[in-house]
Amino acid sequence: MTSVHPAPGDRPAAHPAAGPPVALIDLLDRLLQGGAVLTGDLVLSIADVDLVHIDLRAVIRSLDADNPGPW
Amino acid sequence: MSGLPQEAPTTVPGRAEGPEPSDRADTAPEAARLAPGATGAAARVTAAAPETTAAAPEMTYVYAVGRDPAALEELAARTPGVDGGPLRAVRDGELVALVSSVPAGSFDEGGLHAQLEDLARLEALARAHHAVVDAAFAAATVLPMRLATVYLDDSRAREVLVREAARLGRLLDLLDGQVELGLKVYADAAAARRPAAAPTAAGPGRAYLQRRRTEQRQSRDLYREAAQLAEEAARLADSLARARVVHRPQQGELAATRAENIANEAYLVPAGSAAAFRDRLTALAADTPGVFVEVTGPWAPYSFTDSPVPEATGGPR
Repeated sequence: MTSVHPAPGDRPAAHPAAGPPVALIDLLDRLLQGGAVLTGDLVLSIADVDLVHIDLRAVIRSLDADNPGPW
Repeated sequence: MSGLPQEAPTTVPGRAEGPEPSDRADTAPEAARLAPGATGAAARVTAAAPETTAAAPEMTYVYAVGRDPAALEELAARTPGVDGGPLRAVRDGELVALVSSVPAGSFDEGGLHAQLEDLARLEALARAHHAVVDAAFAAATVLPMRLATVYLDDSRAREVLVREAARLGRLLDLLDGQVELGLKVYADAAAARRPAAAPTAAGPGRAYLQRRRTEQRQSRDLYREAAQLAEEAARLADSLARARVVHRPQQGELAATRAENIANEAYLVPAGSAAAFRDRLTALAADTPGVFVEVTGPWAPYSFTDSPVPEATGGPR
């Protein structure tokens, strides 16, 4: 996958430490497990999404097993 | 960030056949449990469909909720959402949800499954979501939503603001002035390896065995040192933080480093202490070859959206 960086926002440098682009894996740690879950009239049940997440974790691990790193 | 191998996206969707039946089986009772009231989530979708079929059907994607209407409305006017869609602020009283419209077909159950299992698409979605949350976090105290939080329309999203107002207000109070920092401890065997002493054993076979034994001993030492340092780092971080969440150690192609991730945690830290947290934690491993500490952030408080601060002082949860 060529990494596509949609511009990480054109926000002014309001952050004390606006550093290098965020690593996808750090982002996924937060976006797939964290973030508030508001139910109510949600279109999708959260259960659907959680099942996808479990698959995704398995995929990441299986990629690792099939394609071990170069070290 | 690493790229996945080119073939990754094609190997991924193959899994869809397998888990599908069990997904279906699990979904219905769960939806019923999560959607209070007589109708489940699926029934609501069906009921509302006729209203939205006239134009290209769209739904409302929610990024974050905050309490500073002026700042968040100003932000909405100049920040794009998922796929470049314009943001808007959905308000109820002082509560504001930052939302944008997304195509219903891509974000209904089947569409969302497909998107989240295509890693390139997942990355685009995650970065777009994060760009909005991060911009909002720079402008106001916000509660980030989980990826792909989608409502039928703005009025449904507003209903949740109304119904959850007390809880949202309480969470925003607790998160006010706080940032999330990531703390990761790594062991890097290559960096730890001391130059091999000239083999003292006679003959290539013995020299090889001697070298192997040395490497194994060094590796054991390295992991012991890394584990000790991770404990020390967690103690120091806890003393500077209000709350802590433990994530899984990172592994796999996305981990993008030759070093092994030993600990992966998130801490909720007063914004004013973030620099000290970073300096003190990264300095911790300075004298330990092969072990290093990485501090990421400041992040919007993604990992602290349940009950961000435990009852007592911020210890492990």
